[in-house]
Amino acid sequence: MKMESDLNRFRKIVRGKIKKELRRFISSGDLVGRQGNKRITIPLPRIDIPHFSFGNREKGGVGQGEGEVGDSVGQGQPQPGQGQAGEGEGQHSLEVDVTLEELAQILGEELALPNIQSKGKENIEDKKYKYSGILKKGPESLRHFKRTFKEALRRSISSGDYDPDNPVIIPIKEDKRFRSYRITHEKVANAVIIYMMDVSGSMGDEQKEIVRLTAFWLDTWLSTQYNGLERRFIIHDATAREVDSDTFYKTKESGGTLISSAYKLAMKMVEENFNPAEWNIYLFHFSDGDNWSGNDTADCMKILETSLLPVSNMFCYGQVESRYGSGQFLRDLHKHFGEVNEGITTCQIKDRDAIMDALKSFLGKGR
Amino acid sequence: MVYNTQLTPELRDLANSIGEASRRAGLDFFETIFELVDYKQLNEIAAYGGFPTRYPHWRFGMDYERLSKSYTYGLSVIYEMVINNDPCYAYLLRANNMVSQKTVIAHVYGHCDFFKNNYWFTKTNRKMLDQMANHASVIRRFIEDVGHDEVEDFIDCCLSLENLIDIYAPFNQPTRKPAETYDDEEHYRGDPVHKLQAKKYMDSYINPNEFLEGQKAKQEEKQKRKKNFPENPEKDVLKFLMDFGPLNSWQRRILGIIRDESYYFAPQGQTKILNEGWATYWHSRMMTELHPLLDSEIIDYCDQHSGVVAAAPGQLNPYKLGLELLRHIKRRWDRGQFGIDYVNCDDPKKRSEWDLKLGLGDKKLFEVRRIHNDITFIDAFLDEDFCHEHKLFLYDYDRRNNRYVISNRKFGEIKHALLGQLTNFGQPIILVKDGNFKNRNELLLEHMHEGNDLKHEFTTECLRNLFKVWQRPVHIETIIEDVKRRVSYDGSSHNVEKI
Repeated sequence: MKMESDLNRFRKIVRGKIKKELRRFISSGDLVGRQGNKRITIPLPRIDIPHFSFGNREKGGVGQGEGEVGDSVGQGQPQPGQGQAGEGEGQHSLEVDVTLEELAQILGEELALPNIQSKGKENIEDKKYKYSGILKKGPESLRHFKRTFKEALRRSISSGDYDPDNPVIIPIKEDKRFRSYRITHEKVANAVIIYMMDVSGSMGDEQKEIVRLTAFWLDTWLSTQYNGLERRFIIHDATAREVDSDTFYKTKESGGTLISSAYKLAMKMVEENFNPAEWNIYLFHFSDGDNWSGNDTADCMKILETSLLPVSNMFCYGQVESRYGSGQFLRDLHKHFGEVNEGITTCQIKDRDAIMDALKSFLGKGR
Repeated sequence: MVYNTQLTPELRDLANSIGEASRRAGLDFFETIFELVDYKQLNEIAAYGGFPTRYPHWRFGMDYERLSKSYTYGLSVIYEMVINNDPCYAYLLRANNMVSQKTVIAHVYGHCDFFKNNYWFTKTNRKMLDQMANHASVIRRFIEDVGHDEVEDFIDCCLSLENLIDIYAPFNQPTRKPAETYDDEEHYRGDPVHKLQAKKYMDSYINPNEFLEGQKAKQEEKQKRKKNFPENPEKDVLKFLMDFGPLNSWQRRILGIIRDESYYFAPQGQTKILNEGWATYWHSRMMTELHPLLDSEIIDYCDQHSGVVAAAPGQLNPYKLGLELLRHIKRRWDRGQFGIDYVNCDDPKKRSEWDLKLGLGDKKLFEVRRIHNDITFIDAFLDEDFCHEHKLFLYDYDRRNNRYVISNRKFGEIKHALLGQLTNFGQPIILVKDGNFKNRNELLLEHMHEGNDLKHEFTTECLRNLFKVWQRPVHIETIIEDVKRRVSYDGSSHNVEKI
């Protein structure tokens, strides 16, 4: 098709446009809201070739129909005057389909993210048996009744044995068909993200939304880097518990904060399920930086230093700003580990627009 | 891949018999070649503006994407596609039912007749199909020579200025001498004062001093104008850029191509209402009277026809407006509702019963299709009776409630607004005012402001593109919020100043 090259050219331009607009998409929630299947539809303004033309808004025109003076003219904007009817498309927006992988790729290009050096076994494979074929020989237990019957019916009709008034079909050996399986190799997940979030009273809705958006993009990127990705969610106030993703984003607790509770739970999870020799372990912790007691903070540092940091690829701490949070925990981390540390990445996420920078510092190390 | 686009025997017979019926009715068209295509091909052809081959450009891809999306979602279907060429090419959608095919074929013959006979199309290239293909190969060659990005960028630039043409230029003598004759001598050389021929002894009588003074003043005026460059403001901005812009040869050629195509498409924008009205008028007469449908097809036909002439609430549909206006003309001329007696008659009853049984309707219709464009068509025939009968109104934007409301139903104002909308296709009129602005080789355009401000974001973008062509600072004088201003772009930044 001749059109193909023009279409590709157009799509390329659109992609450039997505790149430019990515910052806007990242900080807007509606994109994440629509991650239904594996495709995302992004509404784009029509790429207009600018012409010297009239500003359309607030411009009157001629119409046709019933109505008194002062009545509203239908809903929405009328089409531009019929003088332009030939191209009177008005302001239609164009929707562009992008797959999640593509989106992640664009994100990677835009933020100049390095590919991650995986640790542990590169590919752990698992055998799977799938019954998808038919053979003429096999054990009786795998006999495919329907196919066998059809073969028998076909044979008896073609040989003239078939009597519609007495439709008895007797399969012989040649009619028999058996199911057969194929072995497929499936790659097994070897990366896990453990999200931890402070849900104490001081974390507001806006803060949680920021966490949600950040987590979405972290997910999107990391899932392009690993064949399989597991996700675990921990929420904590003074105590910690594991939840599903839905609860993770929706729960609002009141009360105090003991950060060490979450770290202990994460530690337990890793010990029980994820052997650090085989798994790439990512730990993300989001909080507003308020911890109840200095003792607990000291505990946290100890757990991090002795247990969590040695087993994980990366420990990231994102501090969202809230009206009530003191932001003390970030300072404590810095005091203990220094501002620049191999295994630990910290970031302050002031508002939605800062998500982009947070992603860059979290993922920029390529670990 | 080669598609078989031949008509089925059944459709071929149909096309022939409808063609014959159309000719019998007086339509006169170039040979018309129908091709049978599927929706993908039709969308592709439509995205290319009706032509099978165009130069490579992303906007065709964009249009294609939009067309195929709206087809997929069932938002719009392209009924018919016909191009002004000798022979005419028209496309039928393979999936259409027989009633649609018949209607479309009849409709197409209407367009073909219009293309061939309407005055405003007489200057268009009738071998445009070949021309477009030539344009495509020329541009492909440039792409190979100088690179895709560079050519595409320049095309984007030209497209942004494509509406800056003078739609009446093909019908006028060129007002400006060709570019080469512009030199300084020509500019400043004074002609001797023009005297009327007279015998010597009569001279002071035939050429009195006052007369000579007047002549001299005229001369000076002319001289002064000559110093202007261009002498008179020019509407064909593209031509001016081609003649005087510092372009290299491939750029000049591309600008020329875009301009040619702009001129080719211009009459279609100029006659949208009349052309569609004419084609709709004929498919309707053809299907119901001259080449009648089967009884079983009538319901489907009505359904389809009403779709064509349907107007969304409060909107004008060019098909409907054109059709009704043509019917209005036919009725008036059939019954002799014209001339001084009719115009001066102000008894509504008498007017509505006025019937001289002249039967001049058809003759008048053919005259209308020969000489009119949308503006003259509306101007000449949209009268008060029509306006009331078809419930036309004027709407306006209600700032407070953020909606459009009916503002009045006065005939004069409605007609005025409609004509205003159609003037210059609803595009602003922009002239080259000075090609040597500030005596610094800068370019000054002027927008003839007629009540509507320009869209500012686009103006600045266009200036940016204009700068790429002119390569010196560019300006446009316009009115923004009731104050005369000059918008400028000097290659790095925009500037708006009051003048």
